[in-house]
Amino acid sequence: MDTLYAFFVAPFLDIADSPVFFIEVVIGGLSAGVMYSLVALGFVLIFKASGVFNFAQGVLALFAALTLVGFMDWGIPAPIAVLMTAAVMVVLAYAIERLVLRHLVNQEQIILFMSTLGLAYFLEGLGDTLWGSNVKRLDLGIPEASFEIQGVLLNQFELVAAASAATMVAVLAVFFHRTRVGRALRAVADDHQAALSVGIPLKSIWVVVWSVAGLVALVAGIMWGTKSGVQFSLSLIALKALPVLILGGFTSVPGAIVGGLIIGVGEKVAEVYWGPVLGGAIENWFAYVLALGFLLVRPQGLFGEKIIERV
Amino acid sequence: METTEATEATEAEVRPLLTVNNIEVIYDHVILVLKGVSLHVPEGGIVALLGANGAGKSTTLKAISNLLGAERGDVTKGSIEYMGKAVEKLTPSDLVQLGVIQVMEGRHCFEHLTVEENLLTGAYTRKDGGRAIRDSLDKVYHYFPRLAERKTSLAGYTSGGEQQMTALGRALMANPSMILLDEPSMGLAPQLVEEIFEIVDALNKKEGVSFLLAEQNTNVALKYAGYGYILENGRVVMDGDAKSLRENEDVKEFYLGLSSGERRSFRDVKHYRRRKRWLT
Repeated sequence: MDTLYAFFVAPFLDIADSPVFFIEVVIGGLSAGVMYSLVALGFVLIFKASGVFNFAQGVLALFAALTLVGFMDWGIPAPIAVLMTAAVMVVLAYAIERLVLRHLVNQEQIILFMSTLGLAYFLEGLGDTLWGSNVKRLDLGIPEASFEIQGVLLNQFELVAAASAATMVAVLAVFFHRTRVGRALRAVADDHQAALSVGIPLKSIWVVVWSVAGLVALVAGIMWGTKSGVQFSLSLIALKALPVLILGGFTSVPGAIVGGLIIGVGEKVAEVYWGPVLGGAIENWFAYVLALGFLLVRPQGLFGEKIIERV
Repeated sequence: METTEATEATEAEVRPLLTVNNIEVIYDHVILVLKGVSLHVPEGGIVALLGANGAGKSTTLKAISNLLGAERGDVTKGSIEYMGKAVEKLTPSDLVQLGVIQVMEGRHCFEHLTVEENLLTGAYTRKDGGRAIRDSLDKVYHYFPRLAERKTSLAGYTSGGEQQMTALGRALMANPSMILLDEPSMGLAPQLVEEIFEIVDALNKKEGVSFLLAEQNTNVALKYAGYGYILENGRVVMDGDAKSLRENEDVKEFYLGLSSGERRSFRDVKHYRRRKRWLT
């Protein structure tokens, strides 16, 4: 009885007891969620356009952040360093298409996936070799002061992160649905062969996709790097993006955002209120269990493209 | 012998738009699929490529549109000329810009795009501005009124006939002068097949689009085409204008399923096979 009480009743009493604290927990979760979303976005882009789960996305974010810090260490002012890093990401996308993807046209998806695995290790090593492997501080001058609204503590940095995520989603939505290239990207995602047959050049499309994913990785890298320092563990956030994608759907940009928010809030709330009952450290596995549950019920995710089956 | 005369006559009359000269195609470096196929498509013509499953019809079309590379096929011998220019080395995208576009077998619509978005992807290579593309869209809806009704539905949810129309309309959006049409009748009800071919005919007559179409449905194909080639085992075994093919005894027997009166015996079949060996 005690366990059941502790599990099903006590947490809710706690919530009712101090709603302000609950709101703070939720906001903490949302801000963590936005960060997950930023990484998940990059995955969605590449998955949409090539049906490949890009294992290297996390490393791309790490690489972008490392490059940015490296440029700033040379004494280049922040805005110019960001632009230069963006240029590096585009060049990198071009190189990836040229050296890896071009040779794998029409191969099995699993082979493309394996190639991104290799790419992840390569980029990790490249980043280390170029910029060193010690933990670095990234300071772009994003304000980090906290302030209070109605007794709820907020952080400016979290607001900036949320705003940049929202902007990216809006821009990407317009890009995918309103532009010629965006439409071509979705066409390629649907059917490589047919896309080729109507004259869409796969090669340049892939450069575009990887460039955009690289830029998204740059934004994610900046946010995560500012928050927790630029270090190897940054590339592991890719693992957290996986449950986000399962929840939101691999092909949906809004899904990546909503999925990230749900995971972020879910794990914070679970940790704070149910953690003591279950012995703590829920945060580490909660997302995966949630994703597992989702796979059973709705494998395409909340917003994923419907699996079209004509009967 | 009369077949070769017919070829010469067409060549003399109309300048060929497309010339395929004795091409050989090998898949995966080992599998020889086409063993020397030659054909001509005159400007403004409809030419049918006939034959059974695996005869090499699709491969011939893909060799022309250069979609073979993605399937690890290679044109190892022969040449392909479009408007007098060698095109074997061009990418599919270049060819579409030149005016040659393929409608693939099995329709291959973009399922998660709406019908209208599907059509718009066909205009990807065009650089003549939104206005002209808008006009082409209207033209497609004029020829396929059914697509206008379904333009906001996801292509994946439309019927087989509508998907075939979408695929054809999508190709039309590229403003092609020549469409390589692969098995338009596949999986469609006879009535719809007729409807699709009527549209092909109209596009040919009114828009001046030339067609090279691969078909198993010999009957319908020879009704609309002006000239036909019959492929077997990667070789052209017979060619001639549609009328002479329709009246040819062997074609009647093996491709049209008609025979002159009573059933033929197996001996005749053997005779045909033997004769064909001589021909090839």
